[in-house]
Amino acid sequence: MTLPDPTSRPAGAPAAPADAVLALRNATLGFGSRTLWSGLDLAVTAGEFIAVIGANGSGKTSLLKVILGQQRLSGGTARFLGAPLRRGNRRIGYIPQQKLADDGTPLRARDLVGLGISGHRFGVPLPSASRRHQVDELLAAVGATRYADAPISSLSGGEQQRLRVGQALAGNPSLLLCDEPLLSLDLNYQRTVSELIDTQRRARDLGVLFVTHDINPILDMVDRVLYLANGRFRIGTPDEVLQSSVLSALYGSPVDVIRTRGRVIVVGTADGSHGHPDATGETAHHDRHLTPDGQAS
Amino acid sequence: MTADADFWSQIFNFTNYGELLVLLQNSIIAGAVLGVVGGLIGVFVMSRDMAFAVHGISELSFAGASAGLLFGVGVVEGSLVGSLVAAALIGLLGTRARDRNSIIAVLMPFGLGLGILCLALYPGRSANKFGLLTGQIVAVDNPRLGSLIAISIVVVVGLAVVWRPLMFASVDVDVASARGVPTRFLSLYFMLLLGLAVAVSVQVVGSLLVLSILVTPAAAALRLSSSPVLVPLLSSVFAVVSLVGGIMLALGGSVPISPYVTTISFLIYVVCRVIAALRKRHGNSGRTVDPLPARG
Repeated sequence: MTLPDPTSRPAGAPAAPADAVLALRNATLGFGSRTLWSGLDLAVTAGEFIAVIGANGSGKTSLLKVILGQQRLSGGTARFLGAPLRRGNRRIGYIPQQKLADDGTPLRARDLVGLGISGHRFGVPLPSASRRHQVDELLAAVGATRYADAPISSLSGGEQQRLRVGQALAGNPSLLLCDEPLLSLDLNYQRTVSELIDTQRRARDLGVLFVTHDINPILDMVDRVLYLANGRFRIGTPDEVLQSSVLSALYGSPVDVIRTRGRVIVVGTADGSHGHPDATGETAHHDRHLTPDGQAS
Repeated sequence: MTADADFWSQIFNFTNYGELLVLLQNSIIAGAVLGVVGGLIGVFVMSRDMAFAVHGISELSFAGASAGLLFGVGVVEGSLVGSLVAAALIGLLGTRARDRNSIIAVLMPFGLGLGILCLALYPGRSANKFGLLTGQIVAVDNPRLGSLIAISIVVVVGLAVVWRPLMFASVDVDVASARGVPTRFLSLYFMLLLGLAVAVSVQVVGSLLVLSILVTPAAAALRLSSSPVLVPLLSSVFAVVSLVGGIMLALGGSVPISPYVTTISFLIYVVCRVIAALRKRHGNSGRTVDPLPARG
């Protein structure tokens, strides 16, 4: 592990491992006088599943925008596969929040996945046997063969999210960015969609950055957690970061982390009128739907 | 009985039909070309949820045409300028749906008012004035047909060039943008094509009824299919049938062409809805097996 210029790194920051897919160093993002986060050092290695959690407005989604090349860092460096970030990199897959497609969408399930293969190319799509084959493979990989020819407006949110995973895998990515992909799904589908992402990252050795307000559906899958709050952050395993003392220091106010039945509930982070999405209201709501062993009922 | 016959002969009159058909040959060609344009761009109007924008642009197009009439610049030129200005304003200022709707709602009455002012000041025949709003059966002369075909070719080729990324950006703007599709550019580009399409449609069906060519056929097609190949095809066929059929029915009557066009287009939509409802009842959903009971 060699460092090009050790002096440019802040003291104590870990060097990016050699197999890092994505490496942020001393990264800072701010708008005007407001700094979302600063001094962020983050290396995502191949096959690593990292959850990004934190308060509303803590810059989780902005972090993904930086990696997608849609937003510039105000300071520090960011490299993907050893090269500077750029827009439209095919090796980065992106899965957004579920939005129900309406009746005005002239696409079937297979067409949505097909857009992931060639949607960025200009011109009229001409039929192609190899593309069709590729789409069939992706549909099978995400378990969507059953409704391959159904209009996407007729699919449930969970079915649409499966397709989104297939679409994101179409570019044969090295890194998968997920922005609240479980939002507005029921517990059953939260489970299946996050398991699908987990299975695919193991099979394809994908780095995964998974932005979520609720860590519980993916708690037993993640390798590390990046917790953003108040312009500060902590990175570590879930056991290291999700502790009352760590989060209290991060928020600068008393925060309790309660672990019960294999779930984590963070209490006391209600910041501002929006309330912290990790606060009890949200998780308690989910708890009602869970059987004691944590399986969706 | 005779009064009744008079009434119907005003609406449908097929005496000397062959001769009229030759006379209005240009109108029929114009209708067919417009149908293709309207049917194709309508698919994107639907997938981008822009029906209201079409209406807004057509009112500004009316203002432009009226001003063109008043100042002697020409109706076609005026409606083109009006459409393009409206499309550019909506495209530049209304990137989000909510902004867009309020901008359209602000522009539309202003455009209509401006148009009415210009028409009120215009000293010419009033039949011309009414035609701008509700369409006209006046024979399309050769230069006018030429300009209509030229603009239509620009729209169709312009759509074909960006078809795939535009579809991507229309149905899934976040993912398209993450993939490097220039979504902002495409949005403005599409608005300008839409402006051109509205301007040519206004000349035949009038600004109040443009939706019947640019929205209804695509909406009907989407009831029948979700295939990205079939939907534009059906939509164009529906629009061509509405326009050409409407013009041919209107030939002998003394009523403007637009009621025929809008009625056919509406009936096609109703039939498509009925077919879709029947299909749904028979469980033809494109799935190979029944869905799981738990749905998210």
